[in-house]
Amino acid sequence: MNDPAPASPKTPCGGNCSCSGGSTNASPPPGDDGSTRRAVLKGLGATLGVAAYAKALAPLTELTKETSMDEFLQKHYKELSKDEIATVITRLTQEAKEQYGADVTISDPKPQEGVKFGYALNLSICNGCRKCAEACHLENNHDRPSHQSYIRVFEMTKGSMDFEKGNVHYDHPVPQPDKYYMPVQCQQCEHPPCVDVCPVEATWKEKDGIVVVDYNWCIGCRYCEAACPYHARRFNWQKPQIPAPEINPDQSYLSNRIRPQGVMEKCTFCLHRTRNGRLPACLEACPTGARVFGDLNDPASEVRYVLENKRVFVLKEELGLKPQFFYFFDE
Amino acid sequence: MSDPAVIPVPATPVPEWRQYLRFAWNAFSQSVEGGWKFYVWMTLLTAVFLVGANAWAVQVRDGMALTAMSDHVSWGLYIANFTFLVGLAAGGVMMVIPAYLYHDEKMHDIVIIGELLAIAAIIMSIMFVVCDLGRPYRFWHMMPGLGKFNFPVSMLTWDVIVLNGYFAINVYICGYLLYKRFRAQPPVAKMYLPAVFLSIVWAISIHTVTAFLYCGLGGRPFWNTALLAPRFLASAFVSGPAFIIVAIQIIRWQTGRMFGEGAIRTLVSIVRITILISLLMVVSEIFVEFYTGGSHTGAAKYLYFGLHGYHELVPWIWTSIVFTVVAVILFMQPRINRRPLLLNTACLLAFVGLWIEKGMGMIIPAFIPSTLHEIVEYRPSLTEWKITAGIWALGFMIYTLLLKITINIHSRKLKDASGARTITPEDSLAMGDGGV
Repeated sequence: MNDPAPASPKTPCGGNCSCSGGSTNASPPPGDDGSTRRAVLKGLGATLGVAAYAKALAPLTELTKETSMDEFLQKHYKELSKDEIATVITRLTQEAKEQYGADVTISDPKPQEGVKFGYALNLSICNGCRKCAEACHLENNHDRPSHQSYIRVFEMTKGSMDFEKGNVHYDHPVPQPDKYYMPVQCQQCEHPPCVDVCPVEATWKEKDGIVVVDYNWCIGCRYCEAACPYHARRFNWQKPQIPAPEINPDQSYLSNRIRPQGVMEKCTFCLHRTRNGRLPACLEACPTGARVFGDLNDPASEVRYVLENKRVFVLKEELGLKPQFFYFFDE
Repeated sequence: MSDPAVIPVPATPVPEWRQYLRFAWNAFSQSVEGGWKFYVWMTLLTAVFLVGANAWAVQVRDGMALTAMSDHVSWGLYIANFTFLVGLAAGGVMMVIPAYLYHDEKMHDIVIIGELLAIAAIIMSIMFVVCDLGRPYRFWHMMPGLGKFNFPVSMLTWDVIVLNGYFAINVYICGYLLYKRFRAQPPVAKMYLPAVFLSIVWAISIHTVTAFLYCGLGGRPFWNTALLAPRFLASAFVSGPAFIIVAIQIIRWQTGRMFGEGAIRTLVSIVRITILISLLMVVSEIFVEFYTGGSHTGAAKYLYFGLHGYHELVPWIWTSIVFTVVAVILFMQPRINRRPLLLNTACLLAFVGLWIEKGMGMIIPAFIPSTLHEIVEYRPSLTEWKITAGIWALGFMIYTLLLKITINIHSRKLKDASGARTITPEDSLAMGDGGV
């Protein structure tokens, strides 16, 4: 066996420092003084090290102001009992008061039996005014500085359905004669890839067809955002900023309550309204009547009439995700 | 020099687990001892790591808005590094295949260098994912039993399983082999060989699953190619060996022991093939993208030439192409084994070239143009660079300490004081001692 000599020519420390040349086991310590000094230096180094680590990670402790133990331990939405959800909602209401100074009401409406929501949009009459996007912004308590909205309206070139020839940042009177307008929001797919990819089941499809997010369960990995082909998902890159008077107090747990920082969110077809028999905010705001919303299971609904009588298509049909959001033309 | 390991058998045998704990403690406490160069190196790395740790703490507090990511480019430098490092971890196994499948004896001694690299790389890759989370303290939501683990539908859960599994396998193999050497006992084949063969299959799996994470997304045409997993593997088997070739030389220089000449030759032969396969696959992708054309080519156009006046990634990818091509030319030199400068240049170029190609060059273009063909560019922010540097520094720290433990044990600076028996020349052969 080739045992190397303790002091091979390339041992890093052969100088006159107090270290023992890397062969601490084999050679005796250089002397009592040396070893004491070494111990003191080491202790000092260790103390400084710990202090540096504590200092570096100190910002984490400021998080505790906004993240209570109850929040940390909260169970998945589907596993909360009636009492537990009531407790959670009380806490969320208090947080809205403390952090935003707003008195809000957070409900938890359930899907109506036998209802399946569908949305249709008439491209022949949409004029690109973006009132829907604005209404979404206000209704859903979106972050004000980023002017966030679940709806993006594309100005498309006539003769092409290619988004590459579309423009979302148009800034001129609408409608332009050679253009048509295409609002895009969550398509509430029948086979939503965003739900499949979520590692923690923080997002799922409800019985009435609406894909929702449990904002208190999402870990913020943004895999769903990568998986969505419709750019329907949004991430809370920071804590949403909304002045108290602008906060919409009519909120629900799974839809428009103020979202925490670092989680995903998306269009919920305004379920706090639609599950209570009202229409989505974007539809109510539309001045042209281009938007049609209703129950796909109800043969008498307007949305069913559109599907049966108009020339209807869905976006990116080839992906096989079966959107429940339809586009149609009048003539 | 005679070995002083002749020590009488103690009267009452100490239980194995206590022996192991003592080994682990000794190994750790000795690994943090060293000369001034070692302390300077470690202090430097700690400083960089702390800068990164602080940046991460601020990012968790103030939000991911501190990164340059957006709803359009929702993954960036962190996931780019994650992808590359999973490859590096898988590449570590390229030492194991020749050593155990082809009975290349000269590799046995070196295998552990690759396995330790895998351990460090896996830790780094997991840290990159954690730093990418908006709510990192909710990690427990993913734990089976406690939270909700969306297995088997979400590929991310597969990734969690294979990465942790690969980490455990490598920790087990390294821990066992080093312990046995510490005790001056020959390792028992049935205790570690099954794990070694498992680690080979597992290494392939970690990178395949990581590729599936991306290529399974129908909405991102740039990723949606069946070639992605093979491409990942080919490039992993370049970056892993390239790193190890350089690591072996650094260890030689630090310990003054000449070893691993044969291993380097084998690794160079491997890289010569894998780098060509990797390049061939890139060329193949480029051909399909540009010859077919259409709007799905947008991402490739953006990456290589810029699109509609946006070309943030063009300098990145051409750096990568030039580095990789030069590395190919260098690796093809017949006498590269005898010219350390050329060899190390080739390794470094290949490593950096692939870090770009598989990181920024693979992750970012999938988001530009976006799924609705909007173009929002991405350039990593200072916070992202700090955190990235911090994790790499920690990775180097871990790898340094692990290598030091190994070197201490192999050079018998660290050994079992109660060694029950004398080590014989036969044993040292069985352990593949390569003290040339």
